[in-house]
Amino acid sequence: MIYLLVGLGGMIGAGLRYSLSLATACGWPGSFPLATLIANWAGCFLLPFLTFRLANRFSAAAQKGITTGVIGSFTTFSTFSVETVALWETGQIGAAFFYVFLSLAGGLLFIQLGARKGMVS
Amino acid sequence: MTMVAIGGFFGAVSRFWVSNQLNKQSFPFGTLLVNILGAFFLGLLVGSDPGESEQLLFGTGFLGAFTTFSTWMFEVKNMDVKKAAAYLFVTCLFGFFGAWMALQVV
Repeated sequence: MIYLLVGLGGMIGAGLRYSLSLATACGWPGSFPLATLIANWAGCFLLPFLTFRLANRFSAAAQKGITTGVIGSFTTFSTFSVETVALWETGQIGAAFFYVFLSLAGGLLFIQLGARKGMVS
Repeated sequence: MTMVAIGGFFGAVSRFWVSNQLNKQSFPFGTLLVNILGAFFLGLLVGSDPGESEQLLFGTGFLGAFTTFSTWMFEVKNMDVKKAAAYLFVTCLFGFFGAWMALQVV
């Protein structure tokens, strides 16, 4: 049951990430991978936020479906890696470093923020 | 969208299974493994110039959902500084190097 819910969550998370990339492509013509950055930042806020908010309110399986399933699949490391390498390989070294820095620093900041907001009831 | 959703289902389930096997109290080896493997295989896929439906099913769907950024960051936050820095560094080093290597191979 818990595997089914994580899988269903994965469908939603991956679908949302794909939709975001399509929407971003309309308004962002540059080579900088903005869609992945937004997805990863948003997911970093939502993961601790929902982990704390949903605790004791839903079954353990439903919680895992939302956190591990939806949010875990909404964010991605593989695309982040390949995009970083692609920036590097096309000579955009500065942009590659900037992308990694923004992703990690912003990610950790949003994790802190999400945890803080999630813990206050 | 159907391709992405199908890939996302199996990607998330596979990540959950690996994490359940390998994530320990002391260190999240499962998350480390899925992220490194996922980055490598996405490099292989992208480098092999896939068709649109293959890219959406295996790339955006499966490997996108198989790897995770948010869980990684959440785990980093809950570690002491030294361990967190090592975990960040090792994931990036092997992830980026794996993706780069995969892109050279194909």
